Amino acid sequence: MPSDLPPHETRPLVLSLSGITKRFGALTANDAIDLDVRAGEIVALLGENGAGKTTLMSILFGHYVADAGSIHIADASGQMAPLPGGSAQAALAAGIGMVHQHFALAENLTGLENIVLGTVPLWRLGFSRGAARAKIEGLMRGSGLDIDLDVPVGRLSVGEQQRVEILKALYRDVRVLILDEPTAVLTPQEAEGLAQTVRRLAARGLAVLFISHKLQEVLALCERIVVLRGGAKVADRPSAGADRATLAELMVGRPIPPRTRTPGRPGACVLDLDGVSVGRAGERDRLVEATLKVHAGEIVGIAGVSGNGQGALAGLVAGLMAPSGGRADLAGTRLGAANPAARVAAGVGRIPEDRHRDGTIGALSVAENLVIETIAAPENQSAGFLRYGALRARAAQAIRDYDVRCPGPDAAIRALSGGNMQKVVLARVLERAPRLVLAHQPTRGLDIGATTDVHRRLLAARGRGAAVLLISEDLDELFALADRIAVIHAGRLSPALPAEGLDLRRVGLMMAGHAAGEAA
Amino acid sequence: MIRFVPRERTPLWLTVAVSIGAGVAALLLTVIPLALSGAPVLRAFGLMAQGAAGSGFALAETLTRATPLIFTGLAAAVAFRARLWNIGAEGQLYAGALAAVALGSGAIAAPAYVLLPLVLLGAALAGAALLLVPVLFKTRFGADEVVVTLLLNFVVLLVVQMMLEGPMKDEMALGWPQSAPLLDEATLPRLFAGLRLHAGLVLAVVAAGLLHVFIGRTVWGLRLRAVGENARAARYAGIPVGASMALVGLLSGGLAGLAGACEVAGLKGYLTADLSPGFGYAGIVVATLANLSPLGVVPAAIFVAGVFVGADSMSRAIGVSNYLADLVVSFALLSVLVGGLVTRFRIVRVRREPV
Repeated sequence: MPSDLPPHETRPLVLSLSGITKRFGALTANDAIDLDVRAGEIVALLGENGAGKTTLMSILFGHYVADAGSIHIADASGQMAPLPGGSAQAALAAGIGMVHQHFALAENLTGLENIVLGTVPLWRLGFSRGAARAKIEGLMRGSGLDIDLDVPVGRLSVGEQQRVEILKALYRDVRVLILDEPTAVLTPQEAEGLAQTVRRLAARGLAVLFISHKLQEVLALCERIVVLRGGAKVADRPSAGADRATLAELMVGRPIPPRTRTPGRPGACVLDLDGVSVGRAGERDRLVEATLKVHAGEIVGIAGVSGNGQGALAGLVAGLMAPSGGRADLAGTRLGAANPAARVAAGVGRIPEDRHRDGTIGALSVAENLVIETIAAPENQSAGFLRYGALRARAAQAIRDYDVRCPGPDAAIRALSGGNMQKVVLARVLERAPRLVLAHQPTRGLDIGATTDVHRRLLAARGRGAAVLLISEDLDELFALADRIAVIHAGRLSPALPAEGLDLRRVGLMMAGHAAGEAA
Repeated sequence: MIRFVPRERTPLWLTVAVSIGAGVAALLLTVIPLALSGAPVLRAFGLMAQGAAGSGFALAETLTRATPLIFTGLAAAVAFRARLWNIGAEGQLYAGALAAVALGSGAIAAPAYVLLPLVLLGAALAGAALLLVPVLFKTRFGADEVVVTLLLNFVVLLVVQMMLEGPMKDEMALGWPQSAPLLDEATLPRLFAGLRLHAGLVLAVVAAGLLHVFIGRTVWGLRLRAVGENARAARYAGIPVGASMALVGLLSGGLAGLAGACEVAGLKGYLTADLSPGFGYAGIVVATLANLSPLGVVPAAIFVAGVFVGADSMSRAIGVSNYLADLVVSFALLSVLVGGLVTRFRIVRVRREPV
């Protein structure tokens, strides 16, 4: 990697964690973790969910106090000074900045206001906009992060909002910048732009901690890779010479079998959309005259950056929204008014995008969540009384079959991890042998193990003859599973083309709004 | 320094302990105003306890007072479980009482085993109908049910006053604004000779048991809990959210209506505009103290009733205002809300590390 800075060892240390240990009851979330970060270094922090990444960052930020260990950070003169634990203010003052996966921006304020927010004391009546603007414009020139500072942040695209977040950190003169899954919401082109920015910032001496599970981009961007597993640091190595398979093995702790693609055997058409529109003009997430066929025994992938009409498409198939125009047929039956129960009855298995908000009801038990779509069915109730014996037995079966890690059928589902929660949703959806499976971002936020499991189940559903509509932002996922891929942008759906022979770059350009012909 | 860490689950004993602790804390906090008013604190508490449960008579009075509170407490509990913020139990109580009097004071002549159930059913339907309107406004137009139900309380009270001054006024009552008395066939029987305690208490406790089974064991109960916990996910799962809300409205309003019917048919015998000293509002406190559990509503209602009855008797003996009872109940509500922190979070002491 080209860099004007001296080689690694001679660069000054900016952050040093030593022996960080944190226990929650019997669980050791962080086990004596050492981590040194030098100026101008881009360090990847890899690990599955639950490996301890979040805990470590929370300790760094003062949200938790470590049971043992210490944090030292360079002060303005380059001297290493201990960072007091348990204080987010101290971490900010010491020059640690973080861009979270879910942005913390006030959507009604402009970029300029968001960036200076929190740096101006409440009791000061006015502040010098001119000086703030001059400083931010200087930062924008230096970093290549370009945004319109005077537009409310809510009107910016996701990629632009992320730039605001990074500028917010830079404005506070951070010396260590933590990026948490920064590319999860970006198109491949936007991700490449971000990578260039990060390289440029590092070249100016900023230390960057890059949290991600996309191994390819970690290998391309980072100089050093730190892997956490089960709360302990299992690897700390230069990225040169590392490859995806070894890193994945380090993260999971066992070899990952390579995925093999087998083509589906498409049968009869199950979902038939012909010029279907959903939502009104002016709404951001709407579907405009979409035409798409999904057949039994095939997986059709929908690629696109979230907010381009996926919500409307998923809402139509899930029964939350009614078509406002065009013809939508499900196995020969016209889809009319919004009616989720009718979709369930018609054999649509629905895996919602947000399992916390739409997929599960936190306070209800695992057993209850498993039957929540079909509680009126005779096997679940008699004369209006729930057959809890049968429910529990079925839940116990699902817990075994789907390997759900939980205390038992009566445990409240909110106590489960995201992956286990998703397994409950999968069990609910797939046990009824649906003829159409709607999988909307089915692996978002899941670790490699859980993701592999979801993929295996979706392929098994296809093998059984189900039609699968897979909506995802993860192009790797789409290319690994889908038989045909369509791209959605600004509510318009491209024709679904065979995934075999489709070019990743071209799909990326189409996601960013270039027409299919133009992108070719 | 202390920190709040969210609990994954709250054990039952802790929930119960918090409710009891809130009651105790409320009584302890009352020491401050008692001492400030110069009353002998220990003697005052002794008198309160004696007044609430010191004799069979006292206990019967407390249970009599608890009867409408159980009904309004259940009304609040079932509604709040579904996140339907029914603040209108007071109005629904009066609607029920009005219906009970309309049916039971001579309009229909029938034996007790027909008339009494009819009176109760009519009262429940009247209360239910009154709440159904704000629920439909909420599900159809997104109207805030807190505002609508609260304001309807005043509307209903004015209607009651109008009826008592006009069409339903008892000509034999020497000009007092009160309704004609209920027929004997429409009256709830007393449980013990010489005591005011009536069969309404039995109905209230049975209602609590039935509601417990309904919420925990039935299809509609599960739907109701699902809608209350996460209406979005409930809708996604195909649960009819509007219909579930309407059912909750019918149940909640009906229970509040029964509170009014039992007061008229069990205690007073006729309707006046001061039938309820705020039972509808106190029901919210009862339900909160009970952590919205139907079974918990019974002891919570008895506690609140005991505070009111005990404070009445104490104020007569040592001349401290019986507003003290309102103070205890308010303290109890505040304490249980603070206690909710303990049930939802683990409080962890954190040692600040030396800088």
